[in-house]
Amino acid sequence: MAGIVSFGAYIPIYRLNRDTIASAWGRRSLRGERSVANNDEDALTMAVEAGSDCLKGFDRSDIDALFLATTTAPYKEKMSAGLAATVLDLQRHVITADYANSLRSGTTALRAALDNVKAHDDTKVLVAASDCRSAYPRSDEEQWFGDGAAAFIMGSENVIVEVDSSISINNEIMDVWRNDDDHYVRTGETRFILTEGYTACMEEVIKGILDQAGKQPSDISKLVIPSPDNRSHGRLAKKLGFDLEAQLQDPLLGSVGHCGTAHPLMLLVSALEDAKPGDMILMASYGDGADAFLLRVTEEITRLPGRRGVKRYLESKMALPSYQKFLSFKGILEAVPGEPFRLFPSASAYWREQKSILRCYGSRCRDCGQAIFPIQRICLNCQSKDNYEEIRYSDRVGKVFSFTRDQLAGRSDDPVVVQTVLDMEDGARLYLMMTDCDPSEVKVGLPVELTFRRIYEGANFHNYFWKCRPLRNGGV
Amino acid sequence: MGSIKDEVAIIGMGCSKFGERWDSGAGDLAIESAFEAYEDAGIERKDIQACWVGQMYSTANGIAGSTVADALKLASIPIVRNENWCTAGHIALIEAATAVAAGLYDVVMAIGVEKLKDTGYPGLGTGRGMSPVYEARRTAPGSFGLIATRYFEKYGMSVEEGKETIGKIAVKNHKNGSMCPKAHFRNVVTLEQVLNAPIIAYPLGLFDCCGNSDGSACAIITRSDMAKNFRDDPIYIKGFGVAMDPILPHTRPGFGWTSFEALKTSSSKAYEMAGIKNPRDEIDIAVVHDCFTITELAIYEDFGFSPRGRAKEDIDSGFFTLEGGLPVNTDGGLKCFGHPVGASGLRMTYEIYKQLQGKAQLPERQIKNVHRGLSHTFGGPPQLSAVAIFGNEKG
Repeated sequence: MAGIVSFGAYIPIYRLNRDTIASAWGRRSLRGERSVANNDEDALTMAVEAGSDCLKGFDRSDIDALFLATTTAPYKEKMSAGLAATVLDLQRHVITADYANSLRSGTTALRAALDNVKAHDDTKVLVAASDCRSAYPRSDEEQWFGDGAAAFIMGSENVIVEVDSSISINNEIMDVWRNDDDHYVRTGETRFILTEGYTACMEEVIKGILDQAGKQPSDISKLVIPSPDNRSHGRLAKKLGFDLEAQLQDPLLGSVGHCGTAHPLMLLVSALEDAKPGDMILMASYGDGADAFLLRVTEEITRLPGRRGVKRYLESKMALPSYQKFLSFKGILEAVPGEPFRLFPSASAYWREQKSILRCYGSRCRDCGQAIFPIQRICLNCQSKDNYEEIRYSDRVGKVFSFTRDQLAGRSDDPVVVQTVLDMEDGARLYLMMTDCDPSEVKVGLPVELTFRRIYEGANFHNYFWKCRPLRNGGV
Repeated sequence: MGSIKDEVAIIGMGCSKFGERWDSGAGDLAIESAFEAYEDAGIERKDIQACWVGQMYSTANGIAGSTVADALKLASIPIVRNENWCTAGHIALIEAATAVAAGLYDVVMAIGVEKLKDTGYPGLGTGRGMSPVYEARRTAPGSFGLIATRYFEKYGMSVEEGKETIGKIAVKNHKNGSMCPKAHFRNVVTLEQVLNAPIIAYPLGLFDCCGNSDGSACAIITRSDMAKNFRDDPIYIKGFGVAMDPILPHTRPGFGWTSFEALKTSSSKAYEMAGIKNPRDEIDIAVVHDCFTITELAIYEDFGFSPRGRAKEDIDSGFFTLEGGLPVNTDGGLKCFGHPVGASGLRMTYEIYKQLQGKAQLPERQIKNVHRGLSHTFGGPPQLSAVAIFGNEKG
C-alpha cells in the first residue's frame, strides 16, 4: 500500500525573540520566538537539509522523483527541484517538479507523490517543502512567520504511515497573496479571510474526510493543522469536537512560526515523532482551498532510523541578537556593502565541476588510496592518472584541523568569516567556510558536518557551495 | 641541477620610495627605481639588451611589459613580464641572471613594479586563487592565519604566548623600518601595541600583517667578468632556488601547516649552489618574506636559521635583530618597508646589495662584517618560494 516511508525536517539555527521585533516598533509582542534563515540560507538550501535528513538510512539511487514545494524559490525561472536533486546526489533519470505559488503546494506535492507511487509500483518519491517568506515590517505576520522545511519519502515498501484517504477543495479568494513583483506577503481584511477562507475551508475538508471514512473526531489520535495565528486553529478544533489538550498538534507558532507551504508538513513530522503504531492522524493544510489526509501509523515506524526531524532541530538553536540583523539577513535593509570579490564565477565552470561543487564529491586513488577534495585527475601521492573512485563528502563528518576568523571577507552585517581546514576520516582535507556557529567557540578538533549554502551572488546567478557547521544537536 | 655561482653580478640597483604613492602611477615608480639603477651602474637605456618585469596586479593583467616599456621607452628588446605572486620580482631577477649566465646578453635589467593603490580597495582583496567557489572569500591574512593556529596548537603555545612570540617579530621589523627613509611605515611600536591591535584574521592582528604599498625596485645585471668595468664593488649571485608545492595547501591531505616544502626546497637548492652548509652561521644577513609575522617565524625554521619548533628561543634572545647573530629584515621587511607584490623580491635584494657594499642608507643601520646575504619571497596561498644568495666577493 502506498504511503509515507520516511520523514525529515529542518529548522534554521537562528531564532528571534518576538519581543525584539515588537520593541523595535513599540508594538505588542506575540510572544515566543520565530526561526530565521541565516543569511546564507534560502528555500532551496533548507529543502536540501530536510531532504538529506529524510534520506538517512535510504539509498539515494533508489529515489525515482523529487517534488519540491515552495512559494519562495530562489529563481522565478529555473527549476528548484532539479538543483536540489543534484545537490542531494539523486540519479540522472530522476523525475523532478516544482510545486509553487500556494501555501497548499506542499500537500499538493505530497498528494501527487502518493498518486505516483500508486500508479507505479516500487517507486519512491521524495517530497520536500520549504519556505522563507517575508512579511511587511511592523505587521503581525512579521512576528508569526518562521522559516523551515520538511520532507517525506512516499513509497510502497516498509510504509510507516498509510494514507487511508484524502480530500481537496479549491476555493478562489483573495486572502493571502503576493503579486508577481511583491517582496512581502499581502493579506486581506482579517475577519473576512478567517471566516470565509481558513475556517470555512478547513471545516469543510475535516468534516468531509471524517464523513467519507465514517469516523468521529474521537477516532483521531492527532489533528494536525496549521494556523494563521495562535487562536484560529483552537477555535476550529473545538467547534469540530476535538479535545484541544489531547488531540490538537502544537502548531509550533511559539517556537518556530508559520513556515508557509512547509508548515503543515513540518507539523506532520512533529506529530509522527511522538506517534505510536495504530495512531490515526488527520492532517489538513490551507491555502486557496484545503487538503486533508487521513493517515494510519504502522509498526514500521519503530524501525525508521533516527533522524533530527523537528524535535532535534528545535532543540539546537542560537539567538539572533537584533532586529537590525533580522532585517539585513532577510534582505529588507541593505547594510554597507562588503568588499567586492576579485574572482567571478563562470556558468560553464560551475556546470562542468558540479560533481564536486554541487554533489560534493572528491576522489580516492585506486592505486594508493589517497583521498582528496575536490576531484583530482592526477593523484597527489602516486601520480596515477584518471584512476580514481568518486567519494561523496556531503553526508560525512570531519574535524577542524586549522581555522581563522577572517574580519576582511565578511558581509558588513555578519563580518566574521570562519575559514576552516577540515580533516575527514578518510584523510581528505576540505577547505570550507563555517556557518551557524559562534565564531569565538571554534577550536582545533571541533567536530563538524557539511551544509549546503548560498556563498554569494555573482555573474547574475546565485552561487551555492558547501560549508561546514558545528554538529547540530551534538550530531544526533 | 647546474650552478651559476659567481657567473653573474649586479652592478647597479634602484628602489623607489615605498608607500601610498597617490602622486605616482606604475610608470612613475618604474622611472624612479630604474634611473637610480642606471646612475648606480653608470649605464644608459641603450645599454640594456633585455628586461624582465616582476608584476602581479597592476595596472592590469594581460598587459605584457607595457608598464615599463611605455614609461622607460625601452625599445627593440625582449621584455618578459613575470607574474608569480609575491615571488614575481625574485623570479624576474633569477631569469635575468640565468639568461646572462647562458651567454645570451651582457647587460640586462630586472625590475619590479606594483601600483596597488589604484585598485580602489585596501589589501589584496577577497576571493582569491584559482576557484571562485573552492576559495570563496579567501583572503591573504585568512590563509596565513591558518599557519598560526596550527603552529600554536602543535607546539602547545597558548594564544597569548603565541601572539607574544610573533608580536616580537613585528616590534623588531618596525624598529628596523623606522631607520629606513624609503620605507612605507617608519613608526616604532611596542609589544603592548601589537598585542592590543584589532584582529584582522585570528590569531593575526593588525601589526602581524604587512603593509600594502606602491613601489618599484630595479637591478642591472652583467657577466661577472665584465662587472668591474662598471664598478669596484659589484655584488655576485652565489646561488638561487625556486620551488612550487603541488597543490593548494588548504586541500592537501595530511599537510601540517607549520612547514612548507617550497620553503625547504628553495632554500636548500640555493644553499647547495652557494656552497653553504650551515646557514645559521654562514648567512650574515637575510631579508625574507614577512607578509605576516607568523610567516617569518616559519621561514626561520624551514631555512635552518632556527632549530625546528624552537624559533621562539631565537626570537626571545634577539638573534634576528640588527645586533643579533643573524639580522633578518634589516630594512623593516614587508611589514614596514612595504609590499608592492611584484617589486618586493627586488626591494629585498636592494637591501642585501647595499648592505654587502657597506652602503646602507643611514650608517647606524649598516651591519658589520657582512659577506653573504639572502633574499627571499614566498607567494600564493602560499605555494611558491624563491631564494637568492649574494656575496661581495668571488669564491
